[in-house]
Amino acid sequence: MKILLFILALIAPAAAMAAEDVSLASQVFVEKTVKDAKGEAKIVRETPAVVTPGDRLVFVLSYNNKGAVPATGFTVTNPVPAAVSFAAAEGSAQVSVDGGKSWGQLAALKVKAADGTSRAAAPADVTHIRWAFAQPIPAGAGGQLTFRGTVK
Amino acid sequence: MKHIGCLSYRKKTALLAAASAVAIVALPAPALAAGTPAGTDIKNVATATYEPTPGAPEVTVDSNTVTLKVDELLDVSVSWGDPSDVVAAPGATGQVLRFTVSNGGNGSEAFGLSTVANGGGDDFDPSVTAIVLDTNGNNAYDAGIDTVYVPGSNDPVLAADEAITVFVLSNIPAGASDTQRGKVDLLAVAKTGSGTPGTSFAGLGQGGGNAIVGATGADAEDDGWYKIAKAAIAFSKSATVADPWGGITQAPGSVITYTLTATVSGTGSLGNVRVSDPIPAGTTYTPGSLTLDGSALSDAADADAGAFTGSAIGVGLGTLASGASRTVTFKVKID
Repeated sequence: MKILLFILALIAPAAAMAAEDVSLASQVFVEKTVKDAKGEAKIVRETPAVVTPGDRLVFVLSYNNKGAVPATGFTVTNPVPAAVSFAAAEGSAQVSVDGGKSWGQLAALKVKAADGTSRAAAPADVTHIRWAFAQPIPAGAGGQLTFRGTVK
Repeated sequence: MKHIGCLSYRKKTALLAAASAVAIVALPAPALAAGTPAGTDIKNVATATYEPTPGAPEVTVDSNTVTLKVDELLDVSVSWGDPSDVVAAPGATGQVLRFTVSNGGNGSEAFGLSTVANGGGDDFDPSVTAIVLDTNGNNAYDAGIDTVYVPGSNDPVLAADEAITVFVLSNIPAGASDTQRGKVDLLAVAKTGSGTPGTSFAGLGQGGGNAIVGATGADAEDDGWYKIAKAAIAFSKSATVADPWGGITQAPGSVITYTLTATVSGTGSLGNVRVSDPIPAGTTYTPGSLTLDGSALSDAADADAGAFTGSAIGVGLGTLASGASRTVTFKVKID
């Protein structure tokens, strides 16, 4: 145990330095359907001034590899806030319906009830979302990840 | 953008599925119909992990935390709860309509109540005498127990999703006629504010956020209806004569059979209906001849409905509903 702590102590400062190489920013918008001058409905994203149950939220995660070397095994994980009902994620996201213990595509996941029966997982069951990149993020590269949910 | 290690994930999934059953039970309880309580913070933070170089120890980066406070949605609904029109007689007082007022918002809110009885679209205007809150929550009006509503004084405060039963007491105009309908509109308005959906009241929401007018406009109303039931009764009397010789001559010794028919028309019912008829001068009542709908009644004032008092017959018919008909017969002999 002492040895392990010692190793961690050695790693920690290095990790802190390396952490500065990749940035991750979280933004949340409210998605609203508004009518334009022609009376046609269009969907706009607004910075939330007010948030009420039923509002559609768009979560945008921006990542950027500011370092000099590629980031390998890049994975972004976002727990769904308790007051948000997950709707959908863009890209090849995996989801978890059990607090991040197991992962997969939503259609392949099951939810177990207290009585031992299980049912197909629904979007509202999603507790965590993650994007696991097969390819390293090249130095200087970045992108955005998006998922949507509704305020419960 | 392909995700890695599909096969290895599936193996992991299978192994972890059983262990995760407890975690599922511990998930947050389903949201209320009204949604997340006002004042709740929605916090979002994401985490990235990666290896700075292949095989190097994993590095973890947390994003900034975005915090959104859930604002208070102001929504209310009113629904008239009587199963059908409340039947009342012209001139009746304290006739009770039952409504339910529900807080459809996500915060605790006080609601102001009012009524409109002359809104048109009906046959008569009830006169509202009181709005009463179902203080004891039994869904029935209890005079003297349930609290009379006083605007601005005891505006009902309802938690998110909570509902209260409200009674409206009215007097019915004496001039209303049978089958006419009259309505009273009960209105409920959120005290924080109401108006066009989306209207925002900064800082007035429960939990420190804003209060936002919801889809209902934060005011709601519903009509409750009274219907007049006015019953009328018609009496008819006929007589047949039988003389001692097989004819119909009115002579001493002839027996006259009187038939009295009471028929109730209109709607509703009449209570304590009584038929009485004096024995005509110059005749003598035939003892034991009194009948009701073909069944004999005793002459004594006893358990059955009829009696002969010495100068008249009388039969109590009780409460008769509209459409009911009762026939009383008795005989007299011409002196």
